[in-house]
Amino acid sequence: MTTSWIETQLTEYLLERFGEAVQPDSRPGYLGFLVARNKLLEVCRSLRDEFGFDYLSSVTGVDYHPEPFMEVVYHFYKSTGGSALVMKTQAPRDNPTVPSLCSLYPGADFQEREAWDLLGIRFEGHPDLRRILMWEGFAGHPLRKDWREPFFEEDAKPFKSRWPEGHFIRVEDNNPYKNNVSYPPDFDPGKWVPDKDELLYGGLQSFEEDSEIKTERIVVNLGPQHPSTHGVFRMVVLLEGERVVDLKPVMGYLHRNHEKIGERNTYLQNMPFTDRLDYICSMSNNFGYALAVEKLMGIQPPERAEYIRVMMAELTRFLNHMFSIGFLLNDLGAFFTPSLYAIEERELILDIFEEVAGSRMMCNYFRFGGVARDVPEQVLDKIKTLVHDRLPRKLDEFERYLTHNEILRSRCEGVGVLTPEQAIALSVAGPVLRASGVPYDVRRADPYSIYERLEFDVAYGIHGDIYDRYLVRIEEMRQSLRILRQVLKDIPNGPVMAGKPQFQVRVPPGEAYGRVEGPKGELGFYVVSNGKPNPWRYHVRAPSFINLTSLKTMAHGAKVADLVAILGSIDIVLGEVDR
Amino acid sequence: MNGLWILRGLGVTLKHFIETYIEDFRQGKKRYFTAQGIEQRRSSKTRGIFTVQYPEEKLPVPEEFRYLPFLVYEEVNGQRKLRCTACGICAKVCPPQCIWIVRSTDPETGRPVPAPSEFYIDVDVCMNCGFCAEYCPFDAIKMDHDYEIASFDRQREHVFDLQKISKPVTYYAKIRPGNYAEEQRARMMKEAAKTIA
Repeated sequence: MTTSWIETQLTEYLLERFGEAVQPDSRPGYLGFLVARNKLLEVCRSLRDEFGFDYLSSVTGVDYHPEPFMEVVYHFYKSTGGSALVMKTQAPRDNPTVPSLCSLYPGADFQEREAWDLLGIRFEGHPDLRRILMWEGFAGHPLRKDWREPFFEEDAKPFKSRWPEGHFIRVEDNNPYKNNVSYPPDFDPGKWVPDKDELLYGGLQSFEEDSEIKTERIVVNLGPQHPSTHGVFRMVVLLEGERVVDLKPVMGYLHRNHEKIGERNTYLQNMPFTDRLDYICSMSNNFGYALAVEKLMGIQPPERAEYIRVMMAELTRFLNHMFSIGFLLNDLGAFFTPSLYAIEERELILDIFEEVAGSRMMCNYFRFGGVARDVPEQVLDKIKTLVHDRLPRKLDEFERYLTHNEILRSRCEGVGVLTPEQAIALSVAGPVLRASGVPYDVRRADPYSIYERLEFDVAYGIHGDIYDRYLVRIEEMRQSLRILRQVLKDIPNGPVMAGKPQFQVRVPPGEAYGRVEGPKGELGFYVVSNGKPNPWRYHVRAPSFINLTSLKTMAHGAKVADLVAILGSIDIVLGEVDR
Repeated sequence: MNGLWILRGLGVTLKHFIETYIEDFRQGKKRYFTAQGIEQRRSSKTRGIFTVQYPEEKLPVPEEFRYLPFLVYEEVNGQRKLRCTACGICAKVCPPQCIWIVRSTDPETGRPVPAPSEFYIDVDVCMNCGFCAEYCPFDAIKMDHDYEIASFDRQREHVFDLQKISKPVTYYAKIRPGNYAEEQRARMMKEAAKTIA
């Protein structure tokens, strides 16, 4: 009741204070407010400072072509918990410019760059508005509805060429090599000179600082091919001696425009694609997407399905944290032996996934309104032995060897510090946010599924350094086991699917934002439906991507060797960062 | 003490090393290259190193394991009869759109016949999601367990045609006995309901 009271108050206040500039979004199925562009900063400042909406979770651009406008959708939360406040602002499609929120919420940095890159929405006042996922010099903005890829076939799946006259033809033959690229009319590929990344290098801040030794500043590229970057990821670092003065992450090497693929797909077809985002935690990805679409459809999975979902999500969390701690040690120099010991248990958990979902990593297990199939009794027994015996034992062993390990502590304590204020402002999520002393966990702050009924504590740290992130992950694994024990005890019998399984779900028009506490942080899916079989807009709030915004702040003043550990402590997966 | 933790760390490796030997002694020859040994090494009771020495040893795959789809046919009077009716649901639900179906037509009337005349699966594109098998209303397309399909020529060998993806129902019953029994039961019930009505 209190929330709704506050919300009414807020609505009244906003309407009264800003008058015409703030309008409730009255389109059917839509939530939140439409804000005039020129008042956006003012409204957001008042939201942040007077109402406590200090956490900008997600910034999404939406192209409403052929309507003549683009929309930017902001999801604000309070770092003390509660549901979202959705703000939208519209800009004409031929020249979309929107004020940047970077000055108020530095966490908007990468997300606004993404919207500029993929949709061509210009954010005025952004300090470094470059492309982020595509390369500099790419023609066009691929997420616009009128942009077409070289292998374009049709706007929406299923393609008509497949049935009933599906004579096979290779895509390559359809669009043969050397003819599969179209250049803009005034472009000559023979005369093109590759971009020298001048914007990137020129943007490095070399502000003066007091230091005893004055040395020459040099730029070092870590990556894209570097064993410690967990994939193809590049950090451009400005060094003074061994200290990091400035850092710019460069990403997108694994970019495949997941969102464009998602908008071509039908709702169900997206499910296996979400597996490929953060390929270590495919179950959590399924969970977030299923929640978003279920919100739109207005259906609720049956009780047993909810329990199974939570069970899978928590097993995934355990698995992911084991992985991330193992690879943190790898980054600290203990090359591969500890990380391989850390993922021993992963094999056993993956065996369970394989038996239940059919695949070890690309699970594709969740459906709208339930899960694909029931968990057999013998698998439940397997999970029980794991949860009651093997996993806690492993965790104890882990702690015995690591928590007081002098090497780990001397490398991690006091390194890569992020204060709570910085963490919230930078929209950091997950264990990194909690290690900074902000006990914000979506499972508690804005409960979904059955988490409200489960007993568990939100793990959080105090110092915000790498060591606290390690401790938070260990504690979260313990809490996951605690949740798993309750779930295994209480799991009811019954169906695992609401209604009949359908391959073509009917989704009423509207928008929904489904978010879960993934192992890496808040994983959100923003889905807009226009009543057709394909989503009009499908956006992923990828936690590893947004957590990278804080890398620069954490790395400032650190040594190069620590940089690798700091990156390891954020726990990124490039499949999700680059999408 | 400085360096003590390095020794403790090495101790973990040593422990694994010794435990592997203890297990080897305890189980003797059974531990390697036998189904029983593999099962023991993948159970949660296992100690020491539990590497499975592929390809000499292979982990048994669970029933629900999915790799590539295949079409199920039944032998009726020595003739192959595909269960597939070319309804196109698998082609429509396929996320990467790797299924291509040509529906048969009656040469005399020109009317569509419920059977595929051509059926292709581009296995380079297939993402092993299993939707085709899950949503097939005729239990005609199922997910295979065979994951060793590497070949030297992707141009010719990676597009599976009707010949290559048709497999007998006995094969299906062998790799997925649980699913098969379940479906047979449902089918019997349906038949029974029909005869009563």
